[in-house]
Amino acid sequence: MNKSSNQLIDYTIYLGDCALILGQRNAEWCAHGPILEQDIAITNITLDLIGQSRNFYQYAAQLINAVENKNATEDSLAYLRMERDFKNLLICELPNGDWAQTVLRQFFFSTFQQLLFEKLKDSPDEHLSAIAVKSIKEINYHIKWSGEWVIRLGDGTEESHNRMISAVNNLWMYTGEFFIAADYENSDLILLKNKWLDKVKDIFDEATLTVPENVFMQTGGKTGNHTEYLGFVLSEMQSLQRTYPGAEW
Amino acid sequence: MNNNKEHIYSLLEQVCDPEIPVLTILDLGIVRDVICADDQEIEIIITPTYSGCPAMDAIAFDIKLKMLENGFNKVKITYTLNPAWTTDWMTESGKSKLKSYGIAPPQNVSSRINKIMFNEEQNIECPLCHSIHTKLLSEFGSTACKSLYQCNDCKEPFDYFKCH
Repeated sequence: MNKSSNQLIDYTIYLGDCALILGQRNAEWCAHGPILEQDIAITNITLDLIGQSRNFYQYAAQLINAVENKNATEDSLAYLRMERDFKNLLICELPNGDWAQTVLRQFFFSTFQQLLFEKLKDSPDEHLSAIAVKSIKEINYHIKWSGEWVIRLGDGTEESHNRMISAVNNLWMYTGEFFIAADYENSDLILLKNKWLDKVKDIFDEATLTVPENVFMQTGGKTGNHTEYLGFVLSEMQSLQRTYPGAEW
Repeated sequence: MNNNKEHIYSLLEQVCDPEIPVLTILDLGIVRDVICADDQEIEIIITPTYSGCPAMDAIAFDIKLKMLENGFNKVKITYTLNPAWTTDWMTESGKSKLKSYGIAPPQNVSSRINKIMFNEEQNIECPLCHSIHTKLLSEFGSTACKSLYQCNDCKEPFDYFKCH
């Protein structure tokens, strides 16, 4: 992983941003879940993601302050950066859509995250390695929960099956970005692609869904080129700190 | 010095988890070490159960308060993630306290977490009627560390402190 300190900072922020923005999106389900137990499930997953983002941001802040003599904190990274500074994957910022789209996105993301963190676990950087080991235990639950939902809806009623097909069509073009390395990442990232596809195919087979082929893949999130949706996510998430700078509770 | 460390552990035994107040933080296994420096400063190293555990700040505050009440003015709380917390660290007395509180304690070791879709941890004993004829309602319960089960015999839903 021999990265320069700037690359390491960018990479750590990228990992934190993905977790934070997906967590913020999932949190929109709070009190709107289809039934109480599933409302609790998606918000539990949110809590794990936001916890993971805090761990990454705390480490990133420490790195930033060591090289730049600034006063970065986990809060300043989450609440005081602009849209173009965020490096999260585009798929994380997309609107939730219906329940099918929400659970499918979680399944795509968590499956990717697990493969990535299994590699990160062996990183010589002990902070990143520790966060990865800690997170993998949580991600295993996320994959199981979201994978079960993909199967349940895909292989469910005609209505649920059609909704799952729409979700696949809406989201697939954002999955290519997982494996295209930004300049702060290792180029061997591409090696995870087939492992990810294999896992997705396993679940899709059970869910009676087909993996799309020859789809144009949209990229940009990792370098700060976002969809129009991220600005709205941030304006809501950051409004309190922007209105009352330094507010604590 | 050792006596001092023992004394601090006996004080930590009085600090409870804010969400499951029958358990002390020692029962949960979240205190990883206590370091007593010569100048009366003590460092207490704790680890979160889950990454997003919202109780960590409250626990750190409660520890500081308990130490202050007992004359330790210089207390440093350090967080560590490595090694990652596991339910294997929960004490036996912690497990029996959980059970009498109405929460089923973790029944297996963490390496036996079932990752297969639609497979659930089986034969979780109902903390109320002790039947093992129970079913999973949801992998996620009232806090990150618990899942929700229901007893097929007494019909009562209950929390299960899941293996992690």
